[in-house]
Amino acid sequence: MAKVRGSIVVDVEKCKGCELCAVACPKDVIQLAHEVNGKGYHYASMAKPEDCIGCASCALVCPDSCITVYRAKA
Amino acid sequence: MAEVRLMKGNEVIAEAAIRCGCDGYFGYPITPQSEVMETLMIRKPWEETGMVVLQAESEVASINMVYGGASCGKKVMTSSSSPGVSLMQEGITYLAGAEIPALVVNVVRGGPGLGTIQPAQSDYYQTCKGGGHGDYRLIVLAPASVQEMNDFVDLSFELAFKYRNPAMILSDGVIGQMMEKVTLSPYKARWTDEEIEEISGSWATTGKKANRSKNVSTSLELDSDKQEEFNLHLGRKYKAMEENEVRYEKISCDDAEYMFVAYGSSARICQKAIEICRERGIKAGLLRPITLYPFPTKQIKEMVPQLKGVLSVELSMGQMVDDVRLAVNGAIPVEHYGHVGGIIHSPEEIADALETLIIKA
Amino acid sequence: MTEELKDIQKEENIVYKKSSLLTDNVMHYCPGCTHGVVHKLVAEVIEEMGIQGDTIGVSPVGCSVLAYNYIDIDWQEAAHGRAPALATAVSRLHPEKYVFTYQGDGDLASIGCAEIMHACNRGENIVVIFINNAIYGMTGGQMAPTTMIGQVTATTPYGRDVKLNGYNMKITELIAQLPGTCYVTRESAHTPASVRKTKKAIRKAFENAGQNKGTSFVEVVGTCSSGWKLTPEKANEWMVDNSFKEYPLGTMKDE
Repeated sequence: MAKVRGSIVVDVEKCKGCELCAVACPKDVIQLAHEVNGKGYHYASMAKPEDCIGCASCALVCPDSCITVYRAKA
Repeated sequence: MAEVRLMKGNEVIAEAAIRCGCDGYFGYPITPQSEVMETLMIRKPWEETGMVVLQAESEVASINMVYGGASCGKKVMTSSSSPGVSLMQEGITYLAGAEIPALVVNVVRGGPGLGTIQPAQSDYYQTCKGGGHGDYRLIVLAPASVQEMNDFVDLSFELAFKYRNPAMILSDGVIGQMMEKVTLSPYKARWTDEEIEEISGSWATTGKKANRSKNVSTSLELDSDKQEEFNLHLGRKYKAMEENEVRYEKISCDDAEYMFVAYGSSARICQKAIEICRERGIKAGLLRPITLYPFPTKQIKEMVPQLKGVLSVELSMGQMVDDVRLAVNGAIPVEHYGHVGGIIHSPEEIADALETLIIKA
Repeated sequence: MTEELKDIQKEENIVYKKSSLLTDNVMHYCPGCTHGVVHKLVAEVIEEMGIQGDTIGVSPVGCSVLAYNYIDIDWQEAAHGRAPALATAVSRLHPEKYVFTYQGDGDLASIGCAEIMHACNRGENIVVIFINNAIYGMTGGQMAPTTMIGQVTATTPYGRDVKLNGYNMKITELIAQLPGTCYVTRESAHTPASVRKTKKAIRKAFENAGQNKGTSFVEVVGTCSSGWKLTPEKANEWMVDNSFKEYPLGTMKDE
């Protein structure tokens, strides 16, 4: 059976590092990056990209609409 | 064939609104102008022209309904009287700040506070010197007859849309309540959606079209440079009004040595006072500002060389007299005369005041 | 790994992306603000219903005063509390349009209490999106009519005291009693499931407007991290523990 694989792309400059995406993620994929964006926010990034299932929970709760979600059968 | 009728000033405002293609009226009852909305409700223009009429829950709501409706590029108006217009000041300054054309009719009664339901002209400051907050001006027309109540509705809308600025008809309880012969205007159709698109498509919030960016009706600008530029833009607009839109009437001014300056109901009484003065051997005339903003400053100043004094006559403690004094600029005596509290000055009193306050002073 | 990610991150694999009706402007809201989520949902509903050209929004005074910068439709920016009056006129003059107000709790429940009550009571054919975070956000976290008993704000530094400040107002319950409303619901937007549910409520409200059913009123209980002085995550927890007790979620009316 093909495994469902997901991924996200974060609009780094729009992200304010509120971390609500990380809370919403059922697989604990997301963490704030050590680096900061132009506004000084630690932005959301995939700490464990291999665990992403593309469920879009992170994007749904994101107040700044900065997450695009992809899903594919690997 | 022109339609001539005997009507109350307030009723004529309603009739003129329907006939000039007004799209919406939003109001709240207050004496002495309630006949405006009552007449509209009896006339049911929604069945005839499609004009919307709604009794709002307050003057605050009605002026903000005007702001919303007028932001769609529609011809929208309200009417009220002094205490109600005080409540509307917030909406009026938003209209000015968002550059939305609309019409407010104020049938003035006495104040301050709840004051009296009797006529007054004590809202000149409120109307011409601000009222609401910020640097803005209203286009202000002051009718002196029921006929002008008719004529100024259409004219107000015309000027409001020409300058994208709110306009006010500053009437008073005398003109609003009195009955007079009036020649009603012919019907004009309400603007179609296409016409609104052509006239106001660059700003009207009619739903974003695919071929343009979104329109936003707002008075907010947090960028100081942009806000200053916007205020300068308003200043240029007001200057253009001052250059192009001053309206006034001169009566018996050719040989006048003394001049009354009066608008609205006071101007009518001054016409009779001129006759009394002339019987007494005093060469008096009248300059009647029709637009209170822009004010006929230049026209008053031009009269100064032939005059010995000016009497500003208003149903107030003296408000317009400030602008008359600015126009005359100290060259000759300028005084104020007027009853307040709902008492209307008689022609004799005005003639006597000219003698006492100017000639013998 | 990078190669594998590139394989997944292809246009045809997109399952969720920013609504095309959201502009590219970065929202001025604080991190974690509920406004951003609800803005997104409003934009998605308008986009999915294909009514961009027929929708007029009315923004309030308060944090969401600049809502017009974020959703690509025609907007009017109202004076504080007056959005329902503007929307009334727009809807009366354009009965075929979708008209909505977007208001916070200070705007709607305090200074604009009269306007919202009467617009709802007349049954104006409008949608009201009401964000209730129990505080004034824009002015720096002062007490709102919705501030709960004991809640600390800038103007209730020792907690809201009934003797001094009166009770918190449950305005949505009052609105639900007005015969002009057809749909009154209270939602939240703090979890993926609640976001989906709120979107359905907003969709239903706009569909009601399309069917001339009267006023649809959608309250979204939200947070104000800055005003509450909590992290976005902690603010959500505080909301669940406190706000939901005073403002229980659920549909009060659906006719």
